[in-house]
Amino acid sequence: MIVSVISAIFILVGIVFFAGAAIGIIRFPDFYTRTHAAGKGDTLSSLLVITGFALYQLNGFESFSEDWPILLVILKLLGVSIFILFTSPTATHALMDAGWEECSKPKIKEGRPNHLGDDSDQF
Amino acid sequence: MTFEDFAVGVGLAIFFLMLPPLWRIIKGPSALDRIVAVNVIGTKTAVLLIVIGIVFKRVEMFVDFALAYALLNFTGSLAAARFLHKTKTGDEVDEEGAAIES
Repeated sequence: MIVSVISAIFILVGIVFFAGAAIGIIRFPDFYTRTHAAGKGDTLSSLLVITGFALYQLNGFESFSEDWPILLVILKLLGVSIFILFTSPTATHALMDAGWEECSKPKIKEGRPNHLGDDSDQF
Repeated sequence: MTFEDFAVGVGLAIFFLMLPPLWRIIKGPSALDRIVAVNVIGTKTAVLLIVIGIVFKRVEMFVDFALAYALLNFTGSLAAARFLHKTKTGDEVDEEGAAIES
């Protein structure tokens, strides 16, 4: 029971982070801020949701000799979450690097320090 | 309320939160905006597969699908990033992908 409650808390916090990522993707002004919201929110929410479901699997675990397949499923779930932990920031960095050359200029608010010279849009 | 009902709710929440990135795919001003949103939706699809496994009580099978889908999503994003990195600039590149000064 207590394990279910803890895993439900993990999953709900993950959904909150995904809501932040989704709102950031549609609301932010330029490509770099949108990629920032997508990379961070997506990675953390995936980690939290998958870890929550892995914790829930502990419910049926009583003895190691009979319930060892459950441990295998938990290890696989943690493997998926660790895989996403490494690959999602890598993919986001690769896309950001591809966009840096030409794709879009960063938007800098008027009156803010502008280290890029004229290479940015004012808004 | 069982945990399976909760998992159905979680799956619905993840599905409806996938709609804003979908809007960004349709609307996005540049190609890379669209690819970033596709990457987000792909990562969430891997999570959604695990949710489906919880609902059907067959996690040990669906977790493999989720792992394969995450792998394909990562490979696809890297391929798209490399493709746009080479072509968007219009520069000539040598075998190692470095720009040739001309």
